[in-house]
Amino acid sequence: MNNFVKLGQDIAETWAKNGSTYLNGALQTLLLALVGTAAGCLIGFICGILQTIPTSERDHFVKKAILAVVRFIIRIYVEVFRGTPMILQAVFVYFALPYFTNNAIRLDLILASYLVVSINTGAYMAETVRGGILSIDVGQTEGAKAIGMNHFQTMLYVIIPQMTRNILPQIANNLIINIKDTSVMFIIGFTELFAVHKSVSGALYVYFPSAVITMAIYLVMTVASSVLLRFFESRLDGPENFDISTTDSLAHTSGMFNYIEKKRRRPE
Amino acid sequence: MSEPILQISHLSKTFGTHEVLKDIDFSVSKGDVTTIIGASGSGKSTLLRCINLLETPTSGEILYHGNNIVGIKGGESKYRSNVGMVFQSFNLFNNMTVLKNCMIGQQIILGKSKEEAKDESLFYLEKVGMAPYVKARPKQLSGGQKQRVAIARALAMHPEVLLFDEPTSALDPETVGEVLEVMKQLANDGMTMIVVTHEMAFARDVSNRVVFMSNGVICEDGTPEEIFGSPKLQVTRDFLSRFLETQKQ
Repeated sequence: MNNFVKLGQDIAETWAKNGSTYLNGALQTLLLALVGTAAGCLIGFICGILQTIPTSERDHFVKKAILAVVRFIIRIYVEVFRGTPMILQAVFVYFALPYFTNNAIRLDLILASYLVVSINTGAYMAETVRGGILSIDVGQTEGAKAIGMNHFQTMLYVIIPQMTRNILPQIANNLIINIKDTSVMFIIGFTELFAVHKSVSGALYVYFPSAVITMAIYLVMTVASSVLLRFFESRLDGPENFDISTTDSLAHTSGMFNYIEKKRRRPE
Repeated sequence: MSEPILQISHLSKTFGTHEVLKDIDFSVSKGDVTTIIGASGSGKSTLLRCINLLETPTSGEILYHGNNIVGIKGGESKYRSNVGMVFQSFNLFNNMTVLKNCMIGQQIILGKSKEEAKDESLFYLEKVGMAPYVKARPKQLSGGQKQRVAIARALAMHPEVLLFDEPTSALDPETVGEVLEVMKQLANDGMTMIVVTHEMAFARDVSNRVVFMSNGVICEDGTPEEIFGSPKLQVTRDFLSRFLETQKQ
C-alpha cells in the first residue's frame, strides 16, 4: 500500500516539474498523428481510386499501358511501406539525402517525421480504399451507369461517399495506431510524447512514474479519438427516421416513419 | 409504322465458351410495349443488359435511330441517359435520399438547375405515389417502394425507351401489384418499354408485343393474342402451359 502512496507522490512531483513538457509532447504526438493520418488518407484515396479504374479490351493500348504502370508503382509502394518497420523508414528517409549528397542536403527533422508517417499510413490506406471500393455492390455502379453517369461521376457521387462511410472504422484504426506508433520518431530526434518520457525519466530517474503518466496521456488521446470518430460515424448515417413530406395532402403526415428495427440499446 | 428507335441485328453474346445470345434480331418502335418472356437462363436479361450496354455484345449491331452504338467509344454514357433502366434489385443510391436519387441524374447529366430537377423529380415521384417519402433513404423503404422510386428516377431522365429487368421478381406478391400498376399506367401513357418479366398476366394484358426466348434465341415473336392464344412451337406451349392452366380454373 505504501508503494502506491509513494507512486502517487512521485507522479505528482514529476508532473509538477514537467507537466507542460508532457503536454507539449502530447500535442506534438497528436499533431503528427492527425496530419499523418489525414495526409495518409489523401494518398490512400488517390492510390485506391487509381487502382480501381476499370479497363476493357476495347480501350486504347496507351491508356492500358499507363494504367498498368500506375498500378505496378502503387503495388511496389504499398508492399515496401507496409512491409518494413516505420522506425526504419524514418531512419531511411532522414539519412538518405545526407548520405547521397555528402551532408549537403538534409531534410528538416519535423518534415521528415511528417513525411514518414504520411507515407506509411498512405500505404495501408491505399489497400483500405481499394477494398472499400470493391465492397460496394456492383448494382450501385450499374444504377449510376444506367442513368448515364461515366466512371468519374459514378465514383464521385455514388461510390466514394458510400465507401468513405464504410472505411471510417479503419481510418479510426489508423489514427489510433498513429497516435501510438509515432513514438518511434524519437529515433531521429522528433520530440513527441515518448521522447519527453525518455528525457524526463532519464534526467530525474523516475522511469516508472513517468511511464504511468505517459501511458495515461496516450490512453486519453486514443479513447478520445475513438469516441469522437464513433460520434462522427453516427452523424454521417443520418437520422434513423424520416419525416413524411407534408406536401401531399393524401398522405398521413403526422408522426415519423421507420421501417428498420430500432437499434438495440444497451441496458443502462 | 414509324422508324424504329432501336434496331438490333445479329446480336451475339458469349461468356467464355458459353453462348448466351445467338444471332438476335429485334426492333422497337415508339410506343411499343414489348415483353420478353422465357425460362431463367434463356438469355432475356442478358439481351436487356446488352441493349443498355451494361454487357458488351460479342458481335452484332444495335442501331439507335439508325446509328450503331456497339463498340463506339465515348458515346456510351450519352446513349444510356436516353435509355432508362429499372433493375430487379432496384439499385437506388444508398447514400442519397429518395428525392436526391431522382435529382442527381438530371443535375449532372442533363445539366438542370436544382429547382428544375426538384420539380421534375416531385412530379414523377407523385406519379408513382412516392411523393410523401422524398426525405427517406433507400434502406428505410420497402421493396415495392424502392422499385417505384427507381421507376421515377428513370422517368425523370426523360428516356426514349425504358428497360425493365424483372422489376417485380424481388418483391412479395402484394407489392408486385403496386409496381405493375405503375408500369401499366406508363404503358397507357405511351411510354416505349421493353420488359423482361415472369408476370405472364402483364405480358398478356399490357404489352402489345411478346417475345419468347429459349436457349439464347428468339423462338416466337408476336402479339399477346398470338403467343398466348395460339403458340406455334412446342417449347412455347410447354413454357406457357402452367400459366394457361391456372387461367382456365
